[in-house]
Amino acid sequence: MQTGKRSGSVSGICCGLLLGWLVVGAAVSAAPPVSPEQTIAGSARCVVKLYGAGGVRGLEAYQTGILVSAAGHVVTVQSTVLDSDEIDCVLDDGRRYSATLLGCDPLRELAVLSIQGEDLPAFSWEQLPRVAPGTRVFALSNLFGVAVGDERVSVQHGVVSGVVPLDARRGAHEAPYRGDVYILDCTTNNPGSAGGAVVDWRGRLLGMLGKELRATTSGIWLNYALPVDEVEQGYRSVLAGQGTSPTPTAEAALDSVAMRFDPQLLGVVFVPDLLDRTPPFVESVRSGSAAAAAGLRTDDLVVAVNGRSVSSRTGVQHILAELATGDRVQFTVVREGSIVECGLGPRPALSRKP
Amino acid sequence: MKQTIAQRSRPRGVLRLLWCAPACISGWLLVISAAFAEPAGPPANGADVAPEVLAAQQQRIEVIARASQAAVAIFAGEAGGGSGVLISADGYALTNFHVVQPAGVAMQCGLADGRQYEAVLVGLDPTGDVALIKLLGRDDFPYAALADSDTVEVGDFCFAAGNPFLLATDFHPSISAGIVSGVHRYQFPAGTILEYADCLQVDAAINPGNSGGALFDAQGRIIGVNGRASFEKRGRVNVGVGYAISANQLRHFLGCLKGGRLVDHATLGATAATAEDGRVVVSDILDSSDAYRRGLRYDDEIVSIAGRTVRTVNALKNVLGTLPAGWRVPLVYRRQGRRYEILVRLAGVHSAAELASIVAGENSKQTRRPRPGPPAAPQPAEEKPEPPAHPAPNQLSAAVKEVYEARPGFTNYHFNTVELSRVARSVAAGHADPGRGTWVMAGHLGSGEPFRIELADSRATIDLPTGTTSVDASGDLDANPSPPGSGGMLAALIVWRRLVLEGPTALGRTSYWGTAPLDPAALISGAEPVLIDVLETAVAAVETRVSVTPSGAVAAIDLWTAPDADPCELTFAQALPISGIPAGWPARIEARHGDRLFGVFHIEAASVQAAAPQADSPADSAGEVPRPVEAPGET
Repeated sequence: MQTGKRSGSVSGICCGLLLGWLVVGAAVSAAPPVSPEQTIAGSARCVVKLYGAGGVRGLEAYQTGILVSAAGHVVTVQSTVLDSDEIDCVLDDGRRYSATLLGCDPLRELAVLSIQGEDLPAFSWEQLPRVAPGTRVFALSNLFGVAVGDERVSVQHGVVSGVVPLDARRGAHEAPYRGDVYILDCTTNNPGSAGGAVVDWRGRLLGMLGKELRATTSGIWLNYALPVDEVEQGYRSVLAGQGTSPTPTAEAALDSVAMRFDPQLLGVVFVPDLLDRTPPFVESVRSGSAAAAAGLRTDDLVVAVNGRSVSSRTGVQHILAELATGDRVQFTVVREGSIVECGLGPRPALSRKP
Repeated sequence: MKQTIAQRSRPRGVLRLLWCAPACISGWLLVISAAFAEPAGPPANGADVAPEVLAAQQQRIEVIARASQAAVAIFAGEAGGGSGVLISADGYALTNFHVVQPAGVAMQCGLADGRQYEAVLVGLDPTGDVALIKLLGRDDFPYAALADSDTVEVGDFCFAAGNPFLLATDFHPSISAGIVSGVHRYQFPAGTILEYADCLQVDAAINPGNSGGALFDAQGRIIGVNGRASFEKRGRVNVGVGYAISANQLRHFLGCLKGGRLVDHATLGATAATAEDGRVVVSDILDSSDAYRRGLRYDDEIVSIAGRTVRTVNALKNVLGTLPAGWRVPLVYRRQGRRYEILVRLAGVHSAAELASIVAGENSKQTRRPRPGPPAAPQPAEEKPEPPAHPAPNQLSAAVKEVYEARPGFTNYHFNTVELSRVARSVAAGHADPGRGTWVMAGHLGSGEPFRIELADSRATIDLPTGTTSVDASGDLDANPSPPGSGGMLAALIVWRRLVLEGPTALGRTSYWGTAPLDPAALISGAEPVLIDVLETAVAAVETRVSVTPSGAVAAIDLWTAPDADPCELTFAQALPISGIPAGWPARIEARHGDRLFGVFHIEAASVQAAAPQADSPADSAGEVPRPVEAPGET
């Protein structure tokens, strides 16, 4: 934000930003060209209601997503809601689509979904610099699942209070993301809000509301958003990973190959692969193995293999299987909230066990 | 989990605990803001601020100051309290059912002027969580106007004025500002009461104690009454998600509430579900419902109701939830590609006995006390002896006793007599004194054929091209619907004459019903209805509703000769003063019964003949069965 100097228009912008929402019927020379109502209406078109798994105590079966490409890409927060074969995506105008999970960026806990539709609205990536504390924002989200069908998502107003690293060590829930987030002064991060859009008063996308986080020490619920540049990076990394990942037709063939590689050859035992998307937690590490030498430990969560993000046990298996014998294997893991790199050395040949 | 938000008591310890969390958050954020704010902050003095901004802020301060004058702090003694808002100079104030319910008939209220006023309960709408009270002792109370809440947009500035945590010990309301977060929201009821339909969602802080207080727009007009908020795992404190009952819903019920009645909400007598293709279709329908009699059937697609397009089941519930039982509204449905438009009389959600027991019997559930810290929801009813909910009449103050009268079916019958007298005065003023002679109206039907109606103390007679029908008009109304096919047109005309000559109390057991749309069919445009007074009367088995315009003329009479049957419906079009027709009399009467138009009576000559006894009334032709005089569809 600019500071108010002698220039009338600059001070006007400044005042407008600070007090603009107070303005009732008065015209401010440098006021935004659109009204808050128009900004909200425009932004809300690009915010979708997502419905998936959950509904049991404490776990909502709904959250929010942001349309970021006319091709139907939706970014949202990676959560248990997406642990479903059927994810429903409902647009502002009531159109309902079945969404496909393209992939996840486990570091930012961001997921990208895809819907097949026509004339889809979307936010554009505007390469905006980080906004400063004091910036007035709107948060649009499917909080409490209040809005259904063609009802518009809920809109709250607030101010960016700070831009600070997300300190997860004090939180009850671990967040692998260590970068900056926008702290907001309003109660934006409610049940169902995760994946909601934070926009400025011109309707430009500034960030994505994160999952609910509560500090165990103070009981404080955090109201925060992942800045849009991080959202875009997460989105791009998922798409990049998606580019090399198997097409559905090739998947079955790859599966048969993949299952022939046993991670135990590296000395790693993962938790049993029970769900569609079992997170790749390390169950144990064989002493004396390459994994042990690399410093891999029990309870580490693998988030990337050779720089390609993975979110499931199967994902790890696929990438390991794709590598050629002798390729170097590098695990990126989350351990107690920190990112740790573990080089496991060359990949052994596929198991020949029957 | 959504909860209503009356403040139930105010032990200091609890207050502090409730305040603890928000204080921590804001303190923490302050530190963050201070640490990361840019060195150059906002202009340090007003000189650098654009004059438009200063003017706007000054205007806002004035609007809030004015609105604060209309805010009411309600104290229900041990049971807690909440907020309210004055809507008229003579002291009528709106609040929540769940705020006044523990207080009973009388309560203490404080205004921003620092003075305390006694208030009496007027009307209750438990289903919609609305109560109307009247503050006593002044006729020049400050008040706020009700806005058209359908014009409210998401993003509009709004503010709440109320009594959160019962902080207003000097009665000056707390103000919290925000924006409208959502419109036309549906919030499920608790059982069959406290349903928030078509409500406004706001991010202004709505806390326990804000219940019943107004949500104002930027001009200081009431756009809603705050009543509940989404509370989940964070305790019973604001999470930026509050709900307000819309001003338009309040306006729909205001007339009924002013009549001191226990008001019920409307039901279609049918349920709807979303079909696979997204259409909203009838999933069940009672064959005793008016909607069924008008033709609605299972699996019909509901297109619109009361002029509002129905795209989701919530949308249907939203419309119905804002309407009082007894209103008629247009319903559009589609079957096999064909579109049908019908007018439907809406029944009540509850029986009278059910409503009464809700008001009397829910005390144990309602008198919950706030508990420290999360999780505050859901709160089970405490096993405590019920506090004396309603003070015995002899405990009421003299001022309250003067304006309170208990009667079954009414929350405060006194106010029904007030409204009834008002309408009676209006009817008397709206009609030239016609005298007790025989009222004669003659003219032609829509078909061009002549008709003649004679109404005397002893007999009522109608001459139609198909024959003459005459009924005894001296005693109780005849339960035989005469003339045949009309559903009881003559009885309805007798009611009209008695009302004009003798006033509403002469009709039988008469009460003020409330207000209903002047022209239900006009609701199809989606515009807010023009509401007029409705009286309700019962003579023997015959029940009648008479609609009266603000000028005192009768606009419509609906008469039932049997419950659950279609009534005879007369609509009166008013005569111009120059027409030669006595003031207040109609120039045209349209008679309908069920789906059929019985006739349109264009009155060309109307007079009152001297009260001399008729030598011979026309032959009683009750045995004759005239056919309906006109084909349905003609208007």
